[in-house]
Amino acid sequence: MSLSSDEVRKVAHLARLGIEESAISEYAEQLSRILELVEQMQAVDTEGVEPMAHPQDISQRLRDDEVTETDQRDRFQEGAPQVESGLYLVPKVIE
Amino acid sequence: MNWETVIGLEVHVQLATCSKIFSGASIAYGAEPNTQACAVDLGLPGVLPVLNKEAVRMAVKFGLAVNAQIASRSVFARKNYFYPDLPKGYQISQYELPVVGPGSLDIEPEGTDVRRIGITRAHLEEDAGKSLHEDFHGMSGIDLNRAGTPLLEIVSEPDLRSAKEAVAYLKKLHTLVRYIEISDGNMQEGSFRCDANVSIRPEGQAEFGTRAEIKNLNSFRFVEKAINFEIERQIDVLEGGGTVVQETRLYDSDKDETRSMRGKEEANDYRYFPDPDLLPLDIAPELLDEIRASLPELPDAKKERFVETYGLSAYDAGVLTASREMADYFETVVERSSADPKIAANWVIGELTGALNKAGIELGQSQVSAEQLAGLLDRIADNTISGKIAKEVFDAIWNGEGSADEVIDRRGLKQITDTGAIEAVIDEVLAANPGQLEQYRAGKDKLFGFFVGQVMKKTQGKANPSQVNQILKEKLK
Repeated sequence: MSLSSDEVRKVAHLARLGIEESAISEYAEQLSRILELVEQMQAVDTEGVEPMAHPQDISQRLRDDEVTETDQRDRFQEGAPQVESGLYLVPKVIE
Repeated sequence: MNWETVIGLEVHVQLATCSKIFSGASIAYGAEPNTQACAVDLGLPGVLPVLNKEAVRMAVKFGLAVNAQIASRSVFARKNYFYPDLPKGYQISQYELPVVGPGSLDIEPEGTDVRRIGITRAHLEEDAGKSLHEDFHGMSGIDLNRAGTPLLEIVSEPDLRSAKEAVAYLKKLHTLVRYIEISDGNMQEGSFRCDANVSIRPEGQAEFGTRAEIKNLNSFRFVEKAINFEIERQIDVLEGGGTVVQETRLYDSDKDETRSMRGKEEANDYRYFPDPDLLPLDIAPELLDEIRASLPELPDAKKERFVETYGLSAYDAGVLTASREMADYFETVVERSSADPKIAANWVIGELTGALNKAGIELGQSQVSAEQLAGLLDRIADNTISGKIAKEVFDAIWNGEGSADEVIDRRGLKQITDTGAIEAVIDEVLAANPGQLEQYRAGKDKLFGFFVGQVMKKTQGKANPSQVNQILKEKLK
């Protein structure tokens, strides 16, 4: 299976990756090779094998429902590019 | 052409835990922006989510209440999309293996038979933050207090056939989640939100039509209006020779219309995959048994019991069991008083609910307690006061004048049941109204009510009405 240039552009957009137009055909080729590997693996008979959700064969530990965090807004917001009235400011997300 | 409507609902229920689903930050409503957003909620590097035990228990509780299969092993997945109210770049949700599998809910829309609505699944996920788009000089302000709040997303089968049915289903679900105390169900605060998938098809056609998803439905009334608008819109499109586009539409309650969210619309491609930060969630049979044993009596069972035990009509039983608080209030009244449960039901549904509505308050803030109402009903039952005077006493109790007995004493409202005293008043009334008496005797039967009224007026409503009727009848023979 080979990936088209448009598909590479789409995947890059979904992942918010800025890629050089000149590199697209190379990426397409590399990604296609990964998909070929997946295709080979598809040939393995997995009948009766339970899909793996996590490589460690243990189950999720649960936390008691208690508030353990204190307000550290000022510390967190020191690292933010822009804040106002306690809010994080970001480029406008709706038109 | 006759069209059939097909509706499926996705309801997001905010779980009533203390802390977030994957962090120890508080979920209390109304806090200053970002004061309840910790490192995990902010998606800072190096943090790990740890699942809240109570959120899991609540999801299981819901599953058991709708007779669903509970997955002994479920998996958390990442739903990937970029939006600033979700700093990690993905929402932790459940995809292929949700904690709650297929179940069902019975609804009874007004004037129709019971309908069983399928529940496809319910899964645990985290809420996103809030974006504020006004007043930030061209920028958006982000408050992440809500990010990480535990949600249970409950997905119905496309089994609903009208806006009315959709509302009946939602109300039933709303009642249920509050009964089992997994959510406060507060719609204004967003604890109970609904998206509706709406499509239409020619009657008799097996395949579904193309659906539109309507978002932003935060009241039962809006759900009904938005769905009805959307049905009409789709009929217009199809009858005009067009095709319905699969898209997300936003309901605007000011204009009462749904609008396409074009521009933002892009084929959803969430690239779900199992979240490597979380291990599969195992639910042991012992935990299931324990939660099953802790379930309260559910609304349907309670309603049935009210009909059987108290002889109430199905309608009254339905009203009384619409909330657990109301049902408990009613049962306390019945337990504490010797009154007929039907009378107690009338008072709770009538006077009490009326007073609550008038004051615009919830049952929890009622100014007449169940014990006080029970005391009042006892005085009606033992003929101390009439039902009419009881309303006056009720108002007085509501206004803080004490118990029924205190009000009756202080105001001298005790009913006159002494036959001789009533006879004397009747004689006075007849003597004072010779004209009316003559007309009555000449066949104007309606004047009977006039005499009763005069007697009641003379006794300030305190004469026992049935005795007045009886004695008056004899006197007028």
